[in-house]
Formats: sequence, C-alpha cells, structure tokens
Amino acid sequence: MGKGKTIAEKILSSHAKKDVRAGDIAICDVDFCLGQDGTSSIIIDSFRKLKAKRAFNKKKFSMIIDHSAPSPNLGVSAIHRKMRAFAKEIGVGLYDIGEGVCHQLVPEEGKVVCGDLVLGADSHTCTYGAINVLSTGVGSTDLAITVASGKNWFLVPETIKVVIDGRIPKGVYSKDIILHIINAFGADGCTYKSVEFTGKTIKELSVDARFTISNMAVEMGAKCGLMEADKKALDWVRRHSKRRPRPVSADKDARYAKVRRFDISRLAPQVAHPHTVDNVTDIQGAKNIKIDQAYLGTCTNGRLQDLRIAGKVLRKRKINKDVKFIVAPASKKIFLEAVKEGLITQLVNCGCTVLSPGCGPCVGTHCGVPADNEVVISTANRNFKGRMGNPKSFIYLASPATVAASALEGKIADPRKYL
Amino acid sequence: MILKGRVRRLSVNDNINTDYVISGRYKFKIQDPKELAKHIFEDIAEDFSSKIKKGDFIVAGDNFGCGSSREQAPMAIKAAGVGAVIAKGFARIFYRNSFNIGLPLLECDTDSMSEGDSLEVNIEKGIIINKTQNVELHIKSIPYVMRKLLKDDGVIEHFKKHGGFKFET
Repeated sequence: MGKGKTIAEKILSSHAKKDVRAGDIAICDVDFCLGQDGTSSIIIDSFRKLKAKRAFNKKKFSMIIDHSAPSPNLGVSAIHRKMRAFAKEIGVGLYDIGEGVCHQLVPEEGKVVCGDLVLGADSHTCTYGAINVLSTGVGSTDLAITVASGKNWFLVPETIKVVIDGRIPKGVYSKDIILHIINAFGADGCTYKSVEFTGKTIKELSVDARFTISNMAVEMGAKCGLMEADKKALDWVRRHSKRRPRPVSADKDARYAKVRRFDISRLAPQVAHPHTVDNVTDIQGAKNIKIDQAYLGTCTNGRLQDLRIAGKVLRKRKINKDVKFIVAPASKKIFLEAVKEGLITQLVNCGCTVLSPGCGPCVGTHCGVPADNEVVISTANRNFKGRMGNPKSFIYLASPATVAASALEGKIADPRKYL
Repeated sequence: MILKGRVRRLSVNDNINTDYVISGRYKFKIQDPKELAKHIFEDIAEDFSSKIKKGDFIVAGDNFGCGSSREQAPMAIKAAGVGAVIAKGFARIFYRNSFNIGLPLLECDTDSMSEGDSLEVNIEKGIIINKTQNVELHIKSIPYVMRKLLKDDGVIEHFKKHGGFKFET
C-alpha cells in the first residue's frame, strides 16, 4: 500500500488546508461554482432560505441560461427572468441565451484552471476534469451554500485509475472510447469514485476530445473524471485564462481502489442503445437501424472539432430526405468560428438545421422533441427513456462521425467508409 | 425515527435515473414541488403519483437516482408524501440532495420486498420489519454526516443553526 496521494486527495487536501485521504470528510474552499436554468431557480430559493445577502465572491459564481434557451414556454420564461434579476441583485455573472452550454463556456471563458476545485449544479460539471480541475455536480441547495459561503463538504473519494493505450483507429473518436469504457464499468461501476484517465491514448487526444471523456465520467457514477495536465492542457488553459494554473499529478505510489487497462487499437465505432448509456455495442450491432432524427451538439460533442468531423463526413452530400439533422454549436465562439471556416454554410447546404448555441433538444424541452416511435441518433451523453421529451421515442448515442454518417444514410451507419 | 408505510415498486428496478423521477418536460417549467409531485415516475409508470399514500416507501434496486443533478427529483418525491426511498444503492448527487432536503434514503437488500408489503422502519436501530412477510432486514448504517443533516432537518437548517458545517462528534 502506497503512501502517496491521488489527484483528488491532493486537490481536496489543498482546499481543506489539511491532509485528507480517501474516506475522510473535508470542508473545502471552492474556486468557482455555477448553475444553469434547470437548477438555478432552486439555487435562488435556497440562497434566500439561508438568509444570505451576497455571493462569497462575485467573480466565482456564474449562472448560464442554456438548457431551455431561448425559452419555449411561460414557465421557463419566468425562471429566466428570476435568474436575470438575481444576477443583477447580487452582482454576479450571467450568460444569457445564445452564449452557449455551461460546460463549454466555463473553461472557454477561463473561469477554471488546473488544480481548481469547482462545483456546478449540473451533473456534467465533471467535464473540466480534462483540464485537471476537480469539478463535480451537486444539487441546487448544495450550490447555494457554496455561493453564500465559498465552501462545501466533501467525502474524499477513492480513485479508480483507467489506463487507455493504443493508437486510435480511423473513424474512432474519444466518444467511442468513453462509450466503450462505460460499457465495461456499467452505469454504477464508479459510484462515488474519482476516476483518473491516463495512458498514451489520452496524450494523443486534443483537449476538445478529452472534454468528451471527462464529461461522461458521471455516466458510470463517478464524482469526477480527472486527467493530468500535460503541455497540451496547460497551453489550452493559458490561452483561455489569465489565472495561473496549478497542475496536480498523482504520486507514483498513490493508492487506487482499482486499476483497469484498455487497449483501443482495434476498437470500432461504438453505439449506446436505448435506454441506458451502458447498453453499448460496436457499430455492427446497431447498423441499419432506421433513424428519423440526428443531433450533433451538447456539452459532450458540440465543439469545433466535432463540427469539423461532421463536415468531413458529409462533404457536399445531402442528408437523407427522411432525416431531420439538428446541429447546435456548444458556444457562440464555436458558432462564429464555424461560420468563418464555412462549416455552417456547408452543414446548412447539406440539409442540417442549425440552432443557436445551447443544450438544444438534449433535455427534452424544445427544438426537436421526437414523435412516438421515432428513433434519434445523438452525440449527447444520455439516452434515458423520455430524455428528449417523449418516453415513446428511442435514443442512440454515438460520435459526431457516426451521427453524420447515419444522417446521410437514414439508418445507423459506419462512418469509416466516408473518411 | 420510526416510519410506517407500504412498499411501492416500479417497472424498472436498477438505475432509476432522475429523468424518470421527474421528466425535463416538467422540471424546467414548474417551480411548485406539489405540482411536480403529480408527475413523478410518469415515463416508467403511468398514474403512479395518484396512487401514492402518505408514508409510502419507494423501493428499488441498484444505483437509484443516477443521472441529472436535479434537486427537483427528491423534492418531488418528498412533496408526494413518500416517507423514504429504500434501495440497494444510490447515485451520489441524488444521495446528497435527498439528505440536504430531509428525505431519508435507506440502503438495504430490497430483493424480498413486494409491492404493497407493509414496512416498519426504525432508522436509529437500522432495522426494517416487513410486517407482511414477517421478516427483519438490516439497513446499511447511515454515515454520520447524513444523520446529522437529517436530525437538523436538512442542510439549510444545519447551516443556519451552526453558522456553517458542524460535523465533529
């Protein structure tokens, strides 16, 4: 048994200002916290119940209107108005409609840097693990306590080390890798654990691609999905933030609950079938399933690289006449960059419908609710029954390349022949 | 604390996610927990909410409450009158959220419990008596922090009472 520490133990120790280990309870200072329009209404209510008057630090809390944006109905409009008024009242940042998805905006705006401890009232807050941030999702009341006090309590998690090696095959992307890993662990295989993703494959991936992996750590129950900060990650953080990164690595003799190795050199494109994320097969097991809708976007796969991959698959081809292909860039910056590159023109000419930056139809409130028995293939992170607003529809999850190839053929298709 | 009520099971046993507890169709537009309570488990069990009696226990398998961080999930369960959720295991965000708002979650082997069984739960002693089947089951002990939050009636009251977190024994 080693005496060394994992990344999670180190970050929680430094933020608790004392030495803590897996199993300990730590009360920590939080570097940044966020809420979105599905969770902020209760954050505001809980903040009032706490009789708090101000945020612990105006620069360290932001709210993002992304989940149902622009508002599809009166109920949501009332929540958006409540958020805008509250942001003004206590003087904190608010990203309004069209700015983008919270988990793209927070790192892109430089709010978080390596070594930070971050809480978000959204389960996919674990995304920033890709840039060496211990970030995790909490509920609204937990978040309100942090907004008011700058602190929260943490159970220091045990860590599972996931080593990913092997050259990435053509047509296979980080989405395929993480679906494969979730399939191996199951939906509760990492409950309350910190996961450290490491290995040669991670080093090969771009930071955009790494975000996809950390984003989905929660789909196997993990508290966070951390990566060490290499030069690529540090350069990315320095390009986006003026704050000084404080990279944290695991000790060589750190104690792990489990170490699991994956060789992805022969991996095929992966597809998660309805209605759970861990219900995964190779593309072969999903091929030829007829689809009605395709969706490219979300905090998992709405980044510039993802749009480029879709563009590469589609080229100048028209999407299948029976398919609705919806695209939502993850942020305004990505949207504008994609416009500049001619990607948006290309996608629209192929037959895609482009939405303003935000969560789009992922959470089932608007912008592409499927009809009864309709089948959707999506780059999102969840395919639960009813997730996109209709419990009688079926959602498959895959990479941007597989989604684009499927949109061309009108059925779930192998992207490799288009690349 | 002694709780009495009936077992309520759902068509899904493991991995009941918070989207199933309360769908995004409702949680984004409805702020009143009592209104949300009318729609719990709607996507996996029609009319479930109208058949809930005060004190009923939701009983499930592994990984209850996985997925989205929505606090509306435990809020709506509590507002529906459910006394506690009993499962083999819980997802972490749902676990915190529930104790934060004073909804008890009990970990226990639930395989033997059938729809409609009458239960008597003694949280202090960590025992569930299934009166219908005349069986006694043991609850996995609730961590100290969670017991403290339950006792203080949720994290907001805890925080106000102690002027911060106070978990020392």
